[in-house]
Amino acid sequence: MPGLITMDDLSNDEILAILDDAQRLLPVARGEVYLPLLQGKILGNLFFEPSTRTRMSFETAMKRLGGDVVNLGDVKTSSVVKGETLFDTIQMVDGYTDIIAMRHPRQGAAQYAQDAAKVPILNGGDGAGHHPTQTMLDLFTIQQAHGRLDGLKVVLAGDLRYGRTVHSLSHALTRFGCELVFASPSLLKMPSEIVTDLRAHGGNVTETEDLLGSIADADVVYMTRIQKERFADEDEYAKVAGAYKLHASNLEGAKEGMIIMHPLPRVDEIHPSVDATRHARYFEQAFNGVVARMALLCKLLNVGVPATINGGDA
Amino acid sequence: MSQEHNMRRVTAIRNGTVIDHIPAGHAMRVLEMLGINKSSAVPVSMVMNVPSKKKGTKDIIKVEDRELTQDELNRLALVAPDAHVAIIRAYVVAEKLTIELGSEVTNVVRCTFSNCITINPREPLPHRLKVLSREPLELRCHYCGRPQDLEELVRNVV
Repeated sequence: MPGLITMDDLSNDEILAILDDAQRLLPVARGEVYLPLLQGKILGNLFFEPSTRTRMSFETAMKRLGGDVVNLGDVKTSSVVKGETLFDTIQMVDGYTDIIAMRHPRQGAAQYAQDAAKVPILNGGDGAGHHPTQTMLDLFTIQQAHGRLDGLKVVLAGDLRYGRTVHSLSHALTRFGCELVFASPSLLKMPSEIVTDLRAHGGNVTETEDLLGSIADADVVYMTRIQKERFADEDEYAKVAGAYKLHASNLEGAKEGMIIMHPLPRVDEIHPSVDATRHARYFEQAFNGVVARMALLCKLLNVGVPATINGGDA
Repeated sequence: MSQEHNMRRVTAIRNGTVIDHIPAGHAMRVLEMLGINKSSAVPVSMVMNVPSKKKGTKDIIKVEDRELTQDELNRLALVAPDAHVAIIRAYVVAEKLTIELGSEVTNVVRCTFSNCITINPREPLPHRLKVLSREPLELRCHYCGRPQDLEELVRNVV
């Protein structure tokens, strides 16, 4: 495979194999075992817009596996500000590196870069488009908690219109036969073309504005941040955002094994009281970004992950 | 009303292109896609909503002294994929051209999504739209994946 632009680039079997690799790589991700599988390889980190977790976890993943990283650095001081096209930037970095991780504010940028590059591109987010490496770490987190991916009921809540993490994740979950509930204000509903696609692929999808009423029989509640700037005025924002906040007291009727996830950063949508509950998984989820990206880097660089890793009783 | 009668609503042309079997009401759109407007120096005749055996009604356009190129034909595929195109030389049909809408439309129109990577005119890779369905016509950008609005696409001719 050339790169990972959308989840369509991976079959279900490939996804499960990568999650298996990730599971075995856990002690390496934790720094308990040094396994330089990617020694001599260089990752180009091209983040054309701000990123904390994605950029740092790619860098950590590469370094934990003995590889090296070169960064585009601040876009404001790079050749991009001089008007360089994405095509030219990619031509340059393609020559410097073995694989590229990229985030760009324009939708379709990752596919464009893949068409321009010889090395694999890992899409770390393109506008409101896709974020498949986030989806892989989300799937890993769900599998860790439930021991499976199929047949779960997953509530995706908050900004489903602009939230690229939920776009990629809902495609993947549909392929594994999960039931999806989209809980969002009407202004921030899942784009209709995505809902149509999911249903065309046999997806069991319902849409609602009632988050709290959807929690009781959910296996996963996936929260996202509602951004103020999406609303015409602050009063409207306050009214809408208030209905998409979770407090520990909202979880009393939830299933015991239900997990709450969030791609982070959170603002007010998950109250700190939730952190201490058995449902909170968002910090583990953020850590899983390292191990999922380690497995993806190995896959795209055609480096096999050993069947057993010393100290690998993960 | 006969086919012959339809064609004679406007005078036969000596040289040029006849585009027949345009979906009724789409002739103006075809002209837009071909970039034929007031500033085009060539004479153009158009009939709209005339009877058609195949589709009930249809539009016909005759463009004098201009032969459509393959690129122009590709543009036509987006608005009138079943149109018949005849090149006329000295009053006779010299060539019949067929329009084939393949699985992708390349470098004909730009994606209509305002935040697509292809919005930057300096990006050199081709504009690519995938054909998802022919009837009704459904197109999606190869890069950003957004569905395309045909009304808007007409204004995005490359």
